[in-house]
Amino acid sequence: MEILRGISVAPGVAIGEAVVLEAEDYRIPYRIVPAEGVADELSRLASAFEKSIEELDKQAVWLNAHLGHDAANVFEWHIGVLKDERLRGSIEALIRDEHAAAAYAAGTVMRKYQQRFMQMSDPLLVERIRDVQDIERRLLRNILGEAREDLAHLSKPVILVAHDLTPTQTAQLAGTMVAGVALDAGAATSHTAILLRSLGRPGVIGLNDVSARVSGGDIVIIDGANQLVIANPNDATLDEYRRREVAFVRLADELDELKNLAATTRDGHRINLFSNIEFPREALVGIAKGSDGIGLYRTEFLFLRPEGAPTEEEQFEAYTEAIRGADGRPVTIRTFDLGADKYTQQRSYEQERNPMLGLRSIRYSLQNLDMFKVQLRAILRAASHGQVRLMFPLINSLMEFRQAKMTVHDAIEDLEEAGIHVRKDIPIGMMLETPAAAIQVKEFCREVNFISVGTNDLIQYLLAVDRGNERVSQFYSPSHPAVLHVLRDVVRACTSGQVDCSVCGEMAGQPLYTLFLLGLGLQTFSMAPSNIPEVKKLVRLVTMAQARRVARRALGFETDRQVTNYLRDETRKVLPEDPI
Amino acid sequence: MSDAGAQVVRDVKIANTEGLHARPVMRFIDVASRFQSKVSVMNVTRRGERVDGKSAMQMMLLEATQGCVLRIEACGADAAATVEALAALVESGFFQTEDQSPTTKN
Repeated sequence: MEILRGISVAPGVAIGEAVVLEAEDYRIPYRIVPAEGVADELSRLASAFEKSIEELDKQAVWLNAHLGHDAANVFEWHIGVLKDERLRGSIEALIRDEHAAAAYAAGTVMRKYQQRFMQMSDPLLVERIRDVQDIERRLLRNILGEAREDLAHLSKPVILVAHDLTPTQTAQLAGTMVAGVALDAGAATSHTAILLRSLGRPGVIGLNDVSARVSGGDIVIIDGANQLVIANPNDATLDEYRRREVAFVRLADELDELKNLAATTRDGHRINLFSNIEFPREALVGIAKGSDGIGLYRTEFLFLRPEGAPTEEEQFEAYTEAIRGADGRPVTIRTFDLGADKYTQQRSYEQERNPMLGLRSIRYSLQNLDMFKVQLRAILRAASHGQVRLMFPLINSLMEFRQAKMTVHDAIEDLEEAGIHVRKDIPIGMMLETPAAAIQVKEFCREVNFISVGTNDLIQYLLAVDRGNERVSQFYSPSHPAVLHVLRDVVRACTSGQVDCSVCGEMAGQPLYTLFLLGLGLQTFSMAPSNIPEVKKLVRLVTMAQARRVARRALGFETDRQVTNYLRDETRKVLPEDPI
Repeated sequence: MSDAGAQVVRDVKIANTEGLHARPVMRFIDVASRFQSKVSVMNVTRRGERVDGKSAMQMMLLEATQGCVLRIEACGADAAATVEALAALVESGFFQTEDQSPTTKN
């Protein structure tokens, strides 16, 4: 069993036998023609251009109808190039002046252009090589009349493994039984990636040598969400993934049913259900399936890759992708919450004894201002693409917030000086996740634009329990009366301070606590997309009066067990068949 | 350049973050093609050659990323209008006929 890590271009699980695509080699039959043959070659070229443009026009129409604008737009430039008179002129010149065969002339000219792109420094422009290769391939096919690569006649789902796929080849996957794709090459911004996403098939690219390691017929699992490709899985792994495949499909169906319905209580109160995401592409998953926005984008996941810290451009691309994926809906981007087990530990001289209480998160950022500013610049630039809010994690004191906010203003100034205009009034808020922040919530309300309660860490710090330590994890409970009371006080303070308050920890996505949180007056919940349908279902079945009653009663108990039992009973009354 | 009329030159800066990628290139040549004048463009910042402003391939080869200054030159009877239209397009960030698709990453 081999586990390969790459870059995911589309979430989901796909399992199948591998089909490995060999590199295509167009065999050009001859290079030079006799003088009498030149007229023929010129007319072959002309027909090939015509046919290629016709094909692309048709494809654009089909793609627009079936996969949307983005897919269709990928080929817009291809069509432009084929209509480019200068380009055609240079190919014709070779035929006329040097008696080159049409295929040879076309290949030569296109390859020269590919070389020019290869010399460019901008990664987006270097990607054009694939487009030019695709155009070359299409032209050559129409000149030479070769039969097309045929994946159309598969009888069972397969995983396509290749060094690379051109946009054309990717678009052609639409009618086939290719269930997932694994590629050696590829950047997440390439046209191939766009098409894979539009197709909705899980794909992992940038695997370097998957096409060498996998043989045709091998069982391959594509795990889009975790950016893994698993070749020849053992039985346990295969079973686990079959289960996930089913769950993913079931989730997809459920979400589909509820996606167009609003999360409104029976007595008409509109609740916002947002999604928590770690990767930009998850924005599409959440939003396309009915979430109202992104309540928490955990940017530190950009660090989880072999190359290390992401550059400003890489961050900018990721944030822009997420924002565009949200398609105009609100997006809250949280600055790096690194610490404890990740990046910061690897870089410190000695392992911290108490990473949870150590140099992590905003503290780390404020002590590494260069890195922090790079991130802020990337976020500020990306923010012009949508409705974006900026949020700091683990804010524990007013000084910390003010310092962080000042750094944002510094970043804005830097950008202005560089001639880049960004929104100066971007909303800036905080994660409330420490006891000190909870106690000072009134003061914070005067300085922040919004508050999001991070219940995961809040509960850990409040109850002095490490959730990851199996010896004490049973003491970690959102039902502890202290937690409920702190939440009540925070929401109350935000309401009177007129500061937008949301909840974004796991508790927000657990149906057991939905009634309680609703009853406190919370109107925005952010959770993993998979939790949205259940919570939405619950919200739509209750009234605010009901929820308020539940919250009041729950606050009167003394132990977490009493609270849990009570909440379970109340939730069961509303959702009798669902396991709580 | 042939001068069946005026020769108009103007420098513009590429402001949009993704630079002159596929969609802006197509928008540019669409606009340029509406005019009679010959259009040439040069990437001043990169000290590049002059390219044909109506050519999809050549415009892409300009390597016009964010911040680059382009020198747009039009030659012909409607040169002034040509440069006006193209400058306006670049300065508006190419949003003129954008249909704001969310994940466009050409």
